[in-house]
Amino acid sequence: MEKQREMSSDEKQEELFARWMSPKDTQGNGLKFQSPQAEKAYKERITRTKDAIQMEKLPDRIPVFLMPSFFPVYNAGLTPHEAMYDYDKCCMAFKKLVTDFAPDVQPGAVAPGPGRVYDILDYKLYSWPGHGVPPEQSYQANEREYMTADEYDALIDDPSNFFSSTYLPRVFGALEGFRMLPTLTGILEIYGVAFNFIPFGLPPVQATYRALFEAGAEALKYAGIIGACNAEINAAGFPGLWAGFTKAPFDVIGDTLRGTRGVMLDMYRQPEKLLEAMERLTPIMIKMGVGAAKTMGQPVVFIPLHKGADGFMSDAQFRKFYWPTLRKVMMGLIAEGAVPNPAAEGKWTTRLEIMQDLPKGKVLWMLDQSDIAKAKQTIGKVGCMYGNVPSALLALGTPQDVKDYVKKCIDIAGKGGGYIVSNGAFFDQAKAENVRAMVEATKEYGVYK
Amino acid sequence: MAKDLVKALADLKEQEVTKIVEDRLKANDDPLKILEDARKGMEIVGNRFASSEYFIPDLVYSGEILKSVTNLVRPKLTKAAESKKLGKIVFGTVAGDIHDIGKDIVVFMLDVNGFEVHDLGVDVSAQRFVDKIKETGASVVGLSGFLTLAFDSMKQTVEAVKSAGLRDKVKIMIGGGQITEEVRKYTGADAYGKDAVAGVALAKKWAGVKQ
Repeated sequence: MEKQREMSSDEKQEELFARWMSPKDTQGNGLKFQSPQAEKAYKERITRTKDAIQMEKLPDRIPVFLMPSFFPVYNAGLTPHEAMYDYDKCCMAFKKLVTDFAPDVQPGAVAPGPGRVYDILDYKLYSWPGHGVPPEQSYQANEREYMTADEYDALIDDPSNFFSSTYLPRVFGALEGFRMLPTLTGILEIYGVAFNFIPFGLPPVQATYRALFEAGAEALKYAGIIGACNAEINAAGFPGLWAGFTKAPFDVIGDTLRGTRGVMLDMYRQPEKLLEAMERLTPIMIKMGVGAAKTMGQPVVFIPLHKGADGFMSDAQFRKFYWPTLRKVMMGLIAEGAVPNPAAEGKWTTRLEIMQDLPKGKVLWMLDQSDIAKAKQTIGKVGCMYGNVPSALLALGTPQDVKDYVKKCIDIAGKGGGYIVSNGAFFDQAKAENVRAMVEATKEYGVYK
Repeated sequence: MAKDLVKALADLKEQEVTKIVEDRLKANDDPLKILEDARKGMEIVGNRFASSEYFIPDLVYSGEILKSVTNLVRPKLTKAAESKKLGKIVFGTVAGDIHDIGKDIVVFMLDVNGFEVHDLGVDVSAQRFVDKIKETGASVVGLSGFLTLAFDSMKQTVEAVKSAGLRDKVKIMIGGGQITEEVRKYTGADAYGKDAVAGVALAKKWAGVKQ
């Protein structure tokens, strides 16, 4: 019998786009749209976005992607604190975003996150509204060396065990008990079984599990409300862009394990260990992204890029430390049909030539402040790009300024397809009329004739 | 030998630097001379950063090497080092914002370029800026911020400086990830720097230093 042929990466990508086009409700059944018009609009929006990404044919017009962080919350007259603690209010704010501005794609109601879960777990990695920052402000990361310089071997040896027994108890106060857990691979046969379970009887471990049960129940409640909210947004005709996220291995280590200072010193003091750890994390980051795409049934996987930006290292350091494993992660996603969405936050103009080494029509780039004309000539030749409308312009400019800027972006980057109008960085404060101007300008100037 | 320390530090040779400093201390060299060489080395690091030969990791590493030099030298110091400064600057990340990487780089560059920098850290209230300006008599103020909310904090800080009657005594620069000329106008600051090098140029201009 002929062995069943495995699908090519192109076919896998088509399948994920097809699944995105036919969304499910929270019960796993076909989503019931608000109206036939909403269903038609949903499919047109995805088709438009898909054509822009694949770069095979021109979309009917340039799509527009609205990528806020807490803007929808302010726009609905709420504080970030309210949005993080009252999931129904959060849901209302993000539904209002699509009815107010009607973007082609948007991220769904994911940015605020469940404040109660972080409270229960005593999350230390962030300060959030009402917990370290004022209720009316966004959360911010507390960068520290949560992994010390001498722990590379432990991370490389067993990343999962390093996370559970060392890293997680440092970033979550309530997971202190995890430090006492045995390595579970020691549970092999009847001899010794009981000894391995002793830690689970100890009060600190039991306290940790009680916190986990509580956090789990709260997370489930949150997911139920936000999942239903996103399904409602879809049913109104508005697709969400992201299946989930993964990260560049350098940022995994530099953002939340070693911190900026730590990872930069490691580049000098223990470059081999750093490189080895990044290689070790690469397949894990691929699985994380592919898993999200397959579970959610949509192709685009967000990859926020941080510490490879211009100035954060030399081009030589970028070629050695940042790019190789990031590229591997992206190629791993592409092989499984997912569309990596590296988000070049800040300025990456000097990296553009290096980063264009990718297959055509498989990647969706976010541009913040990189030179958009240069980007079009490099990464833009092989990959679709969105972004470049500055946060400061949305916060302080006039609608006419925004329209002019969008028109400029379209003239430069829209030629021949492969561009989506969007803001360049997650934004909190903005004038609603400026956000509307960004969407309207796209619909006005962005039509391909 | 003196030249070696300057060069070793400028070239970020950590082990070499440590060895030279230990040898010079053993030979009873003047600790102040050692620190002066280290300062010269750091000045070269700053110049290389300004000319895009060095980047942030190199600055961070040089700072780390300098720390080990001062740790070695400190026990032997009998009097404090004195050097003439170009001017006093009060610096900090504004209220509500806790980002420090950009601020630290500018502070580093101002320091190696000869300014006396009073770094107030992050999430600094308008009042603390005002108090520090009064206390030090600084003539330059640097406001850093990464978030869009920082625009308002910067504006409030500039206004607080004005209400305290200090606005004509200080020049105020702002900087950070999303700062543009529009933000500068909005906040009422005198100038914005797109990076650390621009920040140093502004400070030097305001201090009347020929460049």
